[in-house]
Formats: sequence, structure tokens, C-alpha cells
Amino acid sequence: MHLRHDWSEKEPIRKGFGRGLLEAAKFNKNVVAACADLTESTQMHLFANEFPERFIEVGVAEQNLVTIGAGMAAMGKIPFVSSYAAFSPGRNWEQIRTTIALNDRPVKIIGSHAGVSVGPDGATHQMLEDIALMRTLPNMVVIAPCDSVEAEKATLAMAKDKHPNYMRLAREATTVFTSPHTPFEIGQGYVFRKGSDVTIVATGTMTFQALTAAKLLANKDISADVVHIPTIKPLDEEIILQSASKTRHVVTAEEAQIIGGLGGAVAELLGEKLPTSMIRIGIKDRFGESGEPEELLKHFGLDAEAIAKAAHKLLTDHTNHAH
Amino acid sequence: MDYSIKELESKANDIRVDIIRMLEHAGSGHSAGPLGLADIFTALYFKILKHDPKRPDWDERDILILSNGHCVPVRYAAMAHADYFPKTELLTLRQLGSRLQGHPERLRLPGMETTSGPLGSGLSQATGMALALKMDEIKGRSVYVVCSDGELDEGNSWEAAMLAAKYNPGNLIAIVDRNNIQIDGPTELVMPLENLRAKWEAFGWFVLEINGNDIEAIISAVEMAKAVTEKPVVIIAHTIPGKGVDFMEHDFHWHGKPPNREEAKKALHELRTLGGKIRSEHQ
Repeated sequence: MHLRHDWSEKEPIRKGFGRGLLEAAKFNKNVVAACADLTESTQMHLFANEFPERFIEVGVAEQNLVTIGAGMAAMGKIPFVSSYAAFSPGRNWEQIRTTIALNDRPVKIIGSHAGVSVGPDGATHQMLEDIALMRTLPNMVVIAPCDSVEAEKATLAMAKDKHPNYMRLAREATTVFTSPHTPFEIGQGYVFRKGSDVTIVATGTMTFQALTAAKLLANKDISADVVHIPTIKPLDEEIILQSASKTRHVVTAEEAQIIGGLGGAVAELLGEKLPTSMIRIGIKDRFGESGEPEELLKHFGLDAEAIAKAAHKLLTDHTNHAH
Repeated sequence: MDYSIKELESKANDIRVDIIRMLEHAGSGHSAGPLGLADIFTALYFKILKHDPKRPDWDERDILILSNGHCVPVRYAAMAHADYFPKTELLTLRQLGSRLQGHPERLRLPGMETTSGPLGSGLSQATGMALALKMDEIKGRSVYVVCSDGELDEGNSWEAAMLAAKYNPGNLIAIVDRNNIQIDGPTELVMPLENLRAKWEAFGWFVLEINGNDIEAIISAVEMAKAVTEKPVVIIAHTIPGKGVDFMEHDFHWHGKPPNREEAKKALHELRTLGGKIRSEHQ
């Protein structure tokens, strides 16, 4: 999968979006952008500085943000519209539903600062429900890249996609472990590490934690298959079913509510097609709180140790049950 | 084809007749708004809009957004009269499989510029369209958006009003159907909008106020609006809800219900014999 071996570099995932947007805009003059008073935070300033005539600042008005986008898309534009995920799609979901999803307009909704790793800002700003909100919309594609390099590729792919897309981004610096040669295609999952005892299905910031967990598990002679799901919808069912049919044990990991999130999506799939014992790592029906990002991830059990523990528990329970 | 005002008035009456027939047949839907808007939609489709029913996606057409999607029967009727689709299809309104959904859906019906129903998002979509045209330096295309007065309760409307004034795309004309009613009652009781003119002016818009049931006034207001380039223009069109049907006029109870068979019969009789000129008869 052409992953990097050196895991020392860190960069916020959103930075990859900023670069990708600028690149996409250079290729395609119809790429335009709008932001709701968070231009630099969401990394849209790179685009805005280079293409001021294609950039719309809407002010603190997220309902307007996405509906202006729907209007521009109607005239042949590919609008990228950005804010924090807590506000978009948090504030403007109905507008997204009616004017973008039902209307099938290629608006690219960027929700930055998702997850508890936003840190000290607290629960109001720690968007955890965005995957669930967006995954239920027909026509909507939901993407959560695992690092800045993948975010850049995802942005370029979104600029070419003819349908509505949502991409969630994180604020904090995340280990850069994919490379320019790591493949990315909308709707495609990737086995980032091959294993045979347990499957870890992860998305966004948790994919790196899943890979780290796999290393921890290897120390205990447990071999984990790590499936990275950058596109939560449409879900790459085949790659998950293949792995699950091999291991029969699945752990999912995401920095979001497990209800309706990736964990929900995988549970729906396996429940219908391949009932498998599973544990969902994520936020369990509660809100976040203020704290330092690392501290919060540990507090909410969103790190490699928690994933490894869950995998271990699945295998142990199974062994006990079998005897 | 260049219609005279008299011909347009007669067309508006035919459209009202179709609205009543459609709603009675559907057994649900909104009566007052569509009847009140019949003159505006007639003026738009038969005089004002640059459009081609044979090429609904013609890339030089003007754009018409209906923000208050519940009034779509008037648009369906106007489109059928303009030959976008056969008039016989009007009676499929709100039926399973119909292209004429209860609230308009772009993907189902060519010529329907957007999907709407949930209120307050039409002005912002129109603003986005107008801005896209401006970005491409396209001249000679206008974006019209029809909104209801009640939907101005929605914050999204005013977010768009601010943005349009900020960027002034120069090709955007909003028409507010000021019929003074909404579902729960008169607008000024449900949520006062006055001073509506002052509100729009404060938001940076050029305001025209007209009798929205006077086709000549509608046409000349749009001509005037096109001559104003320093600000986006809103035409506050005072209309009579339920216009043309005596027992519906001004009664907010007719906002969201269709006529039953008896009521439809009575309404059609009025429209056919009085041609919608109830006021002049009363005067």
C-alpha cells in the first residue's frame, strides 16, 4: 500500500485539504470556494489568496454557506464550502438535505475540526455526529481521510466527482504515514496491514491508531488485518466482508459517535451479510469535554491501546466461549 | 410570442382554473398562495423570462427559482401552458410516480431549476447562481427568485440578503409575495414583518412595491429592476391570497388546503364567469 516507514512527521489533516483545493483550482477553473468566517482555520486561505475572484466569504452564516454553494453548483461550478463540522453540517443539515442531496448538486462540504481532538474548545465544538448525519443522506459521499497526504488526494478526487460530497477533517497534527503513492479512490477501502486473527476497520484519525494497535498486538502474537475506510459512504463492503470472513472478529475505530458512524455502518453490513463478533471503538452516546487532545483521546478510549485491548478481548472471549 | 396585457390576464385566469382543478383532483395542497401568484407567474413565463420550453437547459436562459415550494401548482400550471409538458399531466399532481411532486423536484421535471419546499433557501441559491454568472462575466442572463412573505421568518433569507448586497451580482431580482398570510394566521400576528420595505433597504437592497395582481405593474417593475445595477432589487408584490375565488380571498385558512368537489365547482364557476375580477365586481 506504499505506506511510509518513517512515522516521525506530523501535520494537521486539514492542511492537505488546503493544498488539494489549490491544486484542484489550478486544474479546473470551475472550482470555487466559500467559507463561513474560518478561512485560515479550514485552510481555505491558500485558495482565497490565489483566486480571490473565485472565493466567497459568507460571514458566520452556515445555512447560507451551503445554499450559496448549491446555487453556484447549479451554474456549473464545483463549490467547496468550509466551516467547522459542528456548524456545517451541524447547523445546516436541512439545507444540505434539500438543496444539495435531494437536488444532487456537486457541492463539496468540508467539515473541519471534527472529533474530540479539537481539545480545549469543549463539547460544543467537538463534532461527533457528522458521520451519522451525512451517511443517512441519499446521493451523499462521506469521506474521512487518515492524514494530510490522503486529504490532498481526496480533495482532488472530490473536485472530479459529480455528486455531493462531505469530508471531515481534524484540527490537530496527525502522523503522516501514507505517501503520494498510496492509492486513493472514492468508495475504496484499503488493507493497510495484512493479518489473520482479527480485523480492525478504521477511518480518519483512528487509522493510524489502528496500525499502531496492530503493532502492539503483534507483540502478543496476534495478527491484525487493518482495513482503512476513507470513504464511509459508499462503504467498500467487499473489503470488509473479505477480511471479516477470514478473521471472524472485527473491531471498528473512529473519532465519532459509534451510533450511526463507521461502527454503525460496519455493524449494519455484518449483521445482514456475515454476523461476526465485534467491538466498536468510538464515542459511546455521550458528548465530549474540554481537555488536551492527547488527554481526551486517552480519556475516551480512542487510542492504540484501547483498540488493541478490544481486539484482545474479542479473541479471549471467543476462546473462553469455545471451551 | 408577444402577448397583450389583456391576453396575459386571460392566461392568468386559465392558470387559476388549472390550479383549482389540480388541487381538487390531488385532494391536498395549497390553494391561496398559488392563486395569488398566478399573475406573477403568467408575467414571468409569458413576458419576462428569456426561456425556451423545448430546451429547458438552454445555457442562455434566465433562471427562475421558486423558493416557497408549496406554491408550485402555479408554476406547474404556467409551465404546462408554456408547453414544457402536456396540460393533461397537471392532474397527476402529488400522485405516485408523477413528475409533479407535492413540492418541486429538479431531478424529476426538466425546467424546474431547483428542489424546494423547506423555506428560506431560495434567495441564497439564487444569489449563488447570480454570483456564478458574475464570476464568469456572463451578461444578459437574469436570476429571478420568488419568495413568500412568511418565509422571511427564516434566518437563511436574511443571510442571503446580506451576502447579495455585499457582492451585488447585478443580475438578481427577488420578488416577495406579500400576501400577509401564513399557516398559523396573518403574518403580522404570527411574526410581524413590517416595516418590510425598511428591512430590505436596511439590508442594502433597492425596493420596489407593486400590486402583484396587476400584470402591467409586474412587467414594468421588472423592467425598472433591470435598470437598477447599484444594488440587488426586491419587488415587494402585494397580492391577494386566493385571488379570483371569492370565498378564498384573504382567508388564511386556505393557505394549506385544497378545495373539495363542491368548493372547486364554485371556484371554477367564479373564475369562468367573472374571470377572476372579483374586486371590480364588488366595487
